[in-house]
Amino acid sequence: MHWELELVFFSILIILALVALTVRNLLTAVVMLNVFSFLSALLYVVMGAVDVGFTEAVVGGGITGVFLVVLIFKTTRRSVD
Amino acid sequence: MKEAENNPIVSLIASIVSPFIMLFGLYVIFHGHYSPGGGFQGGTLMAASIILIRLAHSGQTGQLQFPATLNTPLGSLGVLIYYGTGLAALWWGGQFLNYAYLPLAQAISWRRSWGILMVEIGVGLAVMAILVSIFDDLLEDNSYD
Amino acid sequence: MRVVNYILLGVFFLLLIYASTSLFYRGDLEALVNREKSPANSPNAAAYYIRHAYHDTHSPNMVTAILADYRGYDTLGEETVILTAGLICFLLLRRERKKKKKSSPEKKQ
Repeated sequence: MHWELELVFFSILIILALVALTVRNLLTAVVMLNVFSFLSALLYVVMGAVDVGFTEAVVGGGITGVFLVVLIFKTTRRSVD
Repeated sequence: MKEAENNPIVSLIASIVSPFIMLFGLYVIFHGHYSPGGGFQGGTLMAASIILIRLAHSGQTGQLQFPATLNTPLGSLGVLIYYGTGLAALWWGGQFLNYAYLPLAQAISWRRSWGILMVEIGVGLAVMAILVSIFDDLLEDNSYD
Repeated sequence: MRVVNYILLGVFFLLLIYASTSLFYRGDLEALVNREKSPANSPNAAAYYIRHAYHDTHSPNMVTAILADYRGYDTLGEETVILTAGLICFLLLRRERKKKKKSSPEKKQ
């Protein structure tokens, strides 16, 4: 890949991580982590580690997001009750 | 959230999409020799398809495809397939997990290939069942609201 | 405190950038890691896998051959860890529900 495009992707990664750290809404943080996982999966695939990229996309973008969203809903509902 | 009825659009889309995700997961497991993927990724995809059905249909309807009582036995069965492959190689005179001693084919390289396939099936089964089990455990005590 | 956090983050970022300048380029055939023999003239494991993986296991995907065959014990341990995690979740999270289901009819009675 062209190094300019890679530089853009890496800066987006850093910005996403900072947003996920500082944002107040927890759902926004989860979505930011999902986008982070997909972007890092794309970078892994570009670097030639296709299996690692596949695992990162499946686990980080699919299952972890579902688990975190479920946990957020459970905890907030329990505090509302 | 629980008392709201099932959204028909969401349940229809989930019912349409979920079999294809399951099929892709099976493809990833059984085609792991030739394309990127393997047991872990395929098992996670199959778990994603089952979890999608469970998210769309709340209550007992989501359990019809894959009941929650099947989680722990299937996970243990997957790990037992892995250990059983290693112990079968030990039984037929080789070392633990040395697939060259499995009596599955004539050539040693094909024996190793079939051994890899058996191991991947075990890994996929275990990962699928255990991820669904964790999801069920997280949503379990939902009955009070 | 927040300022200290950001200063530490920036210092760590600069440290990582400085450390990455001494890495070899991606896919560099002349790098020490990618040579077939190490500087002490001992054979490199990766070169063996690349040469013999297809001949040994009839699987063109080298990663699968290494994960499931050459490094089978590693994947076995990984499986055991995943099973243990699932069982721990079962033990920790199912406890409440069983108590509730057992205790709720008693309360109603």
